[in-house]
Amino acid sequence: MAEPFLLLEGVAKTYGATQAVAGIDLAVERGEFVVLLGPSGSGKTTILSILGGFIEPTSGRMLLDGEDVTGLSPARRPTATVFQDYALFPHMSVAANVAFGLAMHKVPNPERRRRVEEMLERVGLAGFGRRRIHELSGGQRQRVALARAIAVEPKLLLLDEPLGALDLALRRQMQEELVRLQKQLGTTFVHVTHDQDEAMSIADRIVVMNHGRIEDQGRPDRVYLKPASLFAATFMGESNIITGTVRARDGRNLLIETALGTLAVPADAELGRSISLSLRPEHLGLGPAPTGALALPSAIIEEVVFQGTHLRVRGRTESGIELLLRLPAGSSVGQGTRAPLHADPSRIVLLAS
Amino acid sequence: MKLRGSTIGAGLVLTVAALFIFLPVAVLVQFSFQDGLVPVPPFRGFSLRWYEKALENRRLIEALWNSLAVALLSSLVATILGFLAAHGLARRRAGWNRAAELLLMAPITVSYLIIGMGLLMTFTMAGLAKSLLAVGIGHVVINLPLAFAICYAQLGAHQVAVERAAEDLGAGPWQTLLLITVPMMAPSLGAAFALSATLSWDEFVIAFLLSRFDVTLPVVIWSMLRSGLSPELNAVGTMVFAVSVGALLAAELLIFRRLRGG
Repeated sequence: MAEPFLLLEGVAKTYGATQAVAGIDLAVERGEFVVLLGPSGSGKTTILSILGGFIEPTSGRMLLDGEDVTGLSPARRPTATVFQDYALFPHMSVAANVAFGLAMHKVPNPERRRRVEEMLERVGLAGFGRRRIHELSGGQRQRVALARAIAVEPKLLLLDEPLGALDLALRRQMQEELVRLQKQLGTTFVHVTHDQDEAMSIADRIVVMNHGRIEDQGRPDRVYLKPASLFAATFMGESNIITGTVRARDGRNLLIETALGTLAVPADAELGRSISLSLRPEHLGLGPAPTGALALPSAIIEEVVFQGTHLRVRGRTESGIELLLRLPAGSSVGQGTRAPLHADPSRIVLLAS
Repeated sequence: MKLRGSTIGAGLVLTVAALFIFLPVAVLVQFSFQDGLVPVPPFRGFSLRWYEKALENRRLIEALWNSLAVALLSSLVATILGFLAAHGLARRRAGWNRAAELLLMAPITVSYLIIGMGLLMTFTMAGLAKSLLAVGIGHVVINLPLAFAICYAQLGAHQVAVERAAEDLGAGPWQTLLLITVPMMAPSLGAAFALSATLSWDEFVIAFLLSRFDVTLPVVIWSMLRSGLSPELNAVGTMVFAVSVGALLAAELLIFRRLRGG
């Protein structure tokens, strides 16, 4: 197998007694759009700073395009960053901001001007070159930061929660534009966010991080449907987590004893182990179990919230287990009524507790 | 609108305080136009002859140029040193930062008399004669903390982030400093320079202790005062005051512009 385009090997960063990043291995292919997803303090921003050269790792090394860049300063590294607060140069025009990196790389002037025009056009700011930074809206500043970073044609573009300050509609639009831009340029993107919806809409691959470690990584649909860890299951969207113990094996199924009774789940694990089951709200159903479905104890419907595309339903079983369901918007659910529940067994994910 | 007692009281206090502060200056300015021999009441009418006399006084004019040179050069040095110290400290958040801050700010707590005496002894030992250069160094000592504090206040996380961005785009440390930091900090640097120049311009104690043949304006005014009051001195004082106010206004405008510009 060919060497990956970007490789982090055993990269760790400690601050005194605190471990921000705990020995991470990460390989990224050329042209891939990777999203580091995690809560604040998970080490995702530290990883990005290490990739950009702003933080030197305590141990480990970084290879980019076959070259060891671990010791290179940000100025000499073929990476560019779109910063969280954009960090634009407030005393310069939009065009001068975009031209700055080109000037530092000694791109001669007619070429420089042409590239600035091209970059501004790419991010949808053609004709904005002479504006001052303080005259721009948040979304426009974001685009300038993007144009400034891609103008130097980095091998690796790093994005540090660049959409965090934008309102929802603009964020969606920018997500689409980022994906389009990334496909057009073919540049490798590493994007940091704590928003799992954003991660799922833009990533080729999601890397879920927690406590300085990689919890799970893979295609968005795989990470969502078959999360590798309890943390990944709860952080990537909502999930019902039921703890249980593996009691017996029955053909392709495991019989798992839980507070919802003994459930037959198609999975494999050691007998006697304590495990957790992850059930996504949309994989639970209301009413008598159809063929192939797994019947669950009935529950009292405690809350029904209309959310446009669906109903968010909270039920509680007799044994006191709270379950979250996501039902089609048209479903008839009466608050306070009792109804049988069922689940799609193929969607249940078995996780180590 | 009905005025409450407390509002009237506050207004009264404000007026008295303002009178207390500004009346001496107002009187000084008024009697610089005195058409008579002594700057004391009664006011005998308006005349510019004392300004004419002051501007013809060679010793005074020489001292004025000396003061100007000392003020501009010492402020330039104080601003550059204060800025570099602030920049260095703001970029490296180390354990001894707090100690370095205190050390840099310390001269502000020491009286000019003590600083002047200390410098006088140091310069004598070092073989540096009393001169305008010595006065200038003294003014750098007293103005450095001020310049440092003004620059340090503006060097927050955002400034650091912007410099990181410049570095990320390939700029070296000097390029970042000259192309990004200095232009962004221009209002603060201007304010620090103007305030330092104002303080140096009418500083007396250090200038008196550290100068001999070439002296600054406050020292000349002091020696003229010893031979009694004259409206000529009022005229000189008014001009000195006008220059100070001008410099302060410039600093204020620069600071306000910065605040509005965000």
